Amino acid sequence: MSREQLDARRMLCPMPVIKTQNRVATMSAGEELEVICTDPGALSDIPAWARINGHQVIHSVQDEDEIRITVRVGA
Amino acid sequence: MTVKHKAVALISGGLDSMLAVRVLQEQGIEVEGINFYTGFCVEGHTHAIRNHDKNKQKRNNALWVAEQLGIKLHIVDVIEEYKDVLLNPKHGYGANMNPCLDCKIFMVGKAVEWIKEHHKDGFDFIITGEVIGQRPMSQRKHTMPIISEQSGADDLLLRPLCAKNLPMTKPEREGWVDREKLYDFHGRNRKPQIALAKEFGLNDFATPAGGCCFLTDKNYSDKLVDLWQARNSRDYEMDDIMLLKVGRHIRPIPEFKLIIARDAGESKFLEGYRKQFTSIYALSHSGPMALVDGELKEEHYPLAAAIVARFGQGREADEVELDITVPGQDSMQIRTSPFSAEEVPQEWYL
Repeated sequence: MSREQLDARRMLCPMPVIKTQNRVATMSAGEELEVICTDPGALSDIPAWARINGHQVIHSVQDEDEIRITVRVGA
Repeated sequence: MTVKHKAVALISGGLDSMLAVRVLQEQGIEVEGINFYTGFCVEGHTHAIRNHDKNKQKRNNALWVAEQLGIKLHIVDVIEEYKDVLLNPKHGYGANMNPCLDCKIFMVGKAVEWIKEHHKDGFDFIITGEVIGQRPMSQRKHTMPIISEQSGADDLLLRPLCAKNLPMTKPEREGWVDREKLYDFHGRNRKPQIALAKEFGLNDFATPAGGCCFLTDKNYSDKLVDLWQARNSRDYEMDDIMLLKVGRHIRPIPEFKLIIARDAGESKFLEGYRKQFTSIYALSHSGPMALVDGELKEEHYPLAAAIVARFGQGREADEVELDITVPGQDSMQIRTSPFSAEEVPQEWYL
C-alpha cells in the first residue's frame, strides 16, 4: 500500500485543501496521503472536501503545533 | 433515451450560487462546483490566525455549500494569474481596490478553460448565482453580456436566478433547461432569494457583508495601496496578502511599517515570518511579536522599539528591553521607554 506525505504547514485554508486535492488527483484508489498542517481550519475543511469528493479521512490527530490528517483515496 | 446534461457552477459559498445550483438540480441537471482561490477570499484566514475567533465554527463556506447540495467541488488556486486582474483591471475598480467586473470575467473565463480541460467529463455549460442589480459594479444589466462575451463563455453562461431578464442562452434554446422554471430576480432586495431558500428547505447559509473578498474592504484596500506606495511598485506576493490581514499596521516614517500582533494567535503566526522579516519583541515584559516591513536603519531602532513596547505589558514601565533580529544576523537588545498612546498618532495607523 502506497502512502505519501504532504507538508502544508503554515498554509492557511483553503491552501491545504487545494494541495491535498491536487496531490490526490495524482494518486490511485486505496492509496493514502498524510497531510501535515498547522491551520486548524483544515480539521473541518479536509474532511468536508474528502466527503464530497468520495475520499475517506481515516486518521486525524492534533497536537499543540501540528495537525496530521490521513486521507484514503476513493475510487 | 434522454441525454442528461451537465453544468459547472461557480460556487462562492454564498446563498445565490447555492440557489442557482438547486434550481438546476430541480430540472435534473447534474452539477459540479468550482471555486477560485485568489488569495483575497475572506474564507477562514482570520479564524485561523486570531485567538478570539478560535471558538467560532471554522468552515469553508464553498465546501459546506457543496456538501449541502450533494455536489463535487473543485477548488482552483488562481493566485498568480489573479495578479493581472487586480493590477490592471480593464474595467477599473469599485469603491475600493475591488476589480469586480474584471474578476467575474476572469472567473467565468477560467471556468470555460476548466470545462475544456475536463472535456472527458462532458460539461455542457456554466452557471453562476448572479442577479441583475445585486452588486453595484459587476452585476448590472449592461455588465451581464460583457461578462458572457469577454469571458469567452458567450451563450453557454446561464444565470438561473435572473435568466428571464436576459436573452436566451444555448441551454434554454436547446431545451436542456426549461426557461419557464428559471427566475427573474433583480435588484438588491434579498427577499426573493430568502423565500426560495425556504422553499428548498435551506435554512443555513452565509450572508457575508460586502461579499467574500477582502478587496471590497476599505481598510484592507488602504493597506494594499500603502504597500504599493511604500515600495514604489504595484506588485505583491502571497505573504504580503496574508500579512495585510494580520495585526496593527503602523507606519511612523515612509521607510518602514510595523506589523504588531494583537493577540497570542497573531504573535504565533508572525513568528513564522521571522526568517524573512526583521522582528521585534519585548524581553523584559510580555508583549506582542512585531515584524518590520521595509528598511529599518539602526538609527530608527529606538523609534520602532518604543512603538512595539507601547503594545506590551510594559507600556507603563519606565523602560522595556526588546530584542531586534534582522534575518541572518545576530540579535540585538535595546532598552527604551515605551511610547504613550499620544506619541503614536492616529495618522501612523494604516
